[in-house]
Amino acid sequence: MNTKKENAAAYWKENIKYVLILLSIWFLVSYGAGIMFKEFLDQFQIGGFKLGFWFAQQGAIYVFVVLIFVYIYLMNRLDKKYGYDHDSKNNTL
Amino acid sequence: MSVQTWTYILVGITFALYIGIAIWSRASSTKDFYVAGGHVSPWANGMATAADWMSAASFISMAGIIAFAGYDGSVYLMGWTGGYVLLALLLAPYLRKFGKFTVPDFIGERYYSDKARIVAVVCALLVSFTYVAGQMRGVGVVFSRFLEVDINTGVIIGMVIVLFYAVLGGMKGITYTQVAQYCVLIFAFMVPAIFISIQMTGNPIPQLGMGSTIHDSSGTFLIDKLNGLSTELGFTEYTSGTKSTLDIFAITLALMVGTAGLPHVIVRFFTVEKVKDARKSAGIALFLIAILYTTAPAVAVFAKTNLLNTVSNQPYLEMPPWFKNWEDTGLLVHNDKNKDGIIQYVADVDQNELTVDRDIMVLANPEIANLPAWVIALVAAGGLAAALSTAAGLLLVISSSISHDLIKSVINPKISEKGELRAARISATVAVIIAGYFGINPPGFVAAVVALAFGLAAASFFPAIVLGIFYKKMNKEGAIAGMVVGISLMVFYILKFKFGVFDGGTSAISRLNKDWWFGISPEGFGAVAMAVNFVVALVVNRFTPPPSEEIQELVERIRLPNNAGEAGGH
Repeated sequence: MNTKKENAAAYWKENIKYVLILLSIWFLVSYGAGIMFKEFLDQFQIGGFKLGFWFAQQGAIYVFVVLIFVYIYLMNRLDKKYGYDHDSKNNTL
Repeated sequence: MSVQTWTYILVGITFALYIGIAIWSRASSTKDFYVAGGHVSPWANGMATAADWMSAASFISMAGIIAFAGYDGSVYLMGWTGGYVLLALLLAPYLRKFGKFTVPDFIGERYYSDKARIVAVVCALLVSFTYVAGQMRGVGVVFSRFLEVDINTGVIIGMVIVLFYAVLGGMKGITYTQVAQYCVLIFAFMVPAIFISIQMTGNPIPQLGMGSTIHDSSGTFLIDKLNGLSTELGFTEYTSGTKSTLDIFAITLALMVGTAGLPHVIVRFFTVEKVKDARKSAGIALFLIAILYTTAPAVAVFAKTNLLNTVSNQPYLEMPPWFKNWEDTGLLVHNDKNKDGIIQYVADVDQNELTVDRDIMVLANPEIANLPAWVIALVAAGGLAAALSTAAGLLLVISSSISHDLIKSVINPKISEKGELRAARISATVAVIIAGYFGINPPGFVAAVVALAFGLAAASFFPAIVLGIFYKKMNKEGAIAGMVVGISLMVFYILKFKFGVFDGGTSAISRLNKDWWFGISPEGFGAVAMAVNFVVALVVNRFTPPPSEEIQELVERIRLPNNAGEAGGH
């Protein structure tokens, strides 16, 4: 029972680490690049876009999509590592 | 063929499709009715979530709002997509593992209290009703403009269709009609956008066209041209905002957190089979949503440039036919103040002669760009798909809140499966009728209130659910106090600054703007109310007894994707 508990605790700890890293990026691209540093980034230009404006209306959204898929990949790997990847009929509580 | 014939054909085909799906996917059990049997594939759920999420506001209004707000419009783009990151990382997998039917189910069991459940039901009803009235109105507007039927008749037709598949099929019917509606709405949004992008920039991808040079010999970037036109007429530069950075920050946060706390979005994740599928469908949903959300700002730039080019300083008598059509609806108003027969569209209120309703930017865009009749008709079908799919999802939340969370869980736990299914259908019917009533007699503030539904969701559900998962010692006293204080504060702020209730009515609103707390608008106040909810919940939690061992073990089980290795089932 104890090892099972330790296994679950270790799984949860790694999960929290992933979530914190991914949410930091989530914060940086939207609230950082798209809002707080928008004025600064607007000095740079890619194509017809000012960079800060691009983050606010395009870039942040692309990063959001990528973040979720990275999360899916990381969690599937983590499930396997800790043995939570078996499909069981009994998936609810 | 005329636009109207095309519209009848396309709307007719899509409606027949929705009804066909409804008949094919009738619900036979409460599990079918609430969570589509729990067997929806990640792709189907992703598409259904995207359609559920993208409402008349996303489809019809958003590009128009951005066209007139420029950079300030970014709050909607980031706010309404970034919430999915929170949903995928903080909520969806765990709520799926919990594996019940509704959000109040989770709140009620996690906080071992019927009181908590009832608070959650009240919040869910408040959020969903404010939101659904706007959808029925959207249905009415599309009908009246494109099919030239009376707005009220339009609302009633919409009600009958939704009633048919929501009542018959429950979540199962709604899920598969939403899959079809996603296809219709994304096609309808993208086709005109691609056409216009090619016309204006020669680039078929609107996201890139937005940053390209104009398709003439000048070599000017489209956005630079729009910035120039805007400042010439006295408006703010398109790529700069007028809102304060703090307010932009707060509104974006309120919309993100509100998105993650909306019950009709959350319940979609109860319909898939596994925790893994819940994560995957959140990713698919955001990908599908992002297709529209990254196109909308491009459409905004195209439409605004086109509009300024077509109307500004042009003689009124030479306006194209669409101008007259939209004047008839009252959404476009020209008042020749200086009687020179030329349209002056400028920032200065005293000299400006043209009032443009933001909603027509998407609806009129294909006409402004001279696109073929079938494309214009397609936009009508897409707008209807967007409004109907969201309305259906909301109605399901309303009906399950009543039949499951109130009747089955609190009032009459002994009710039979059949009885509960009947109760669910009756409450869905009543909900449609109430929503239709608000669609026909819109309380003048519908548009304003829809945006505020996010503040309400942010201020109530999000903290309670996140704490319930990530802090296992969180108790019921803290959660209830947090939700009650959060949502009350939000309602108070709306009443005070959006309706002027305490200062002599709506006429006082503009005068009160300078009194906003920390300079944060009512739209962004959800972020503050959410923070207050968190603080109150944690403080009350400190001084009240922790939850029982069983509840803490329940939380530990919610955190694991399956029960592998656990002895015996739960």
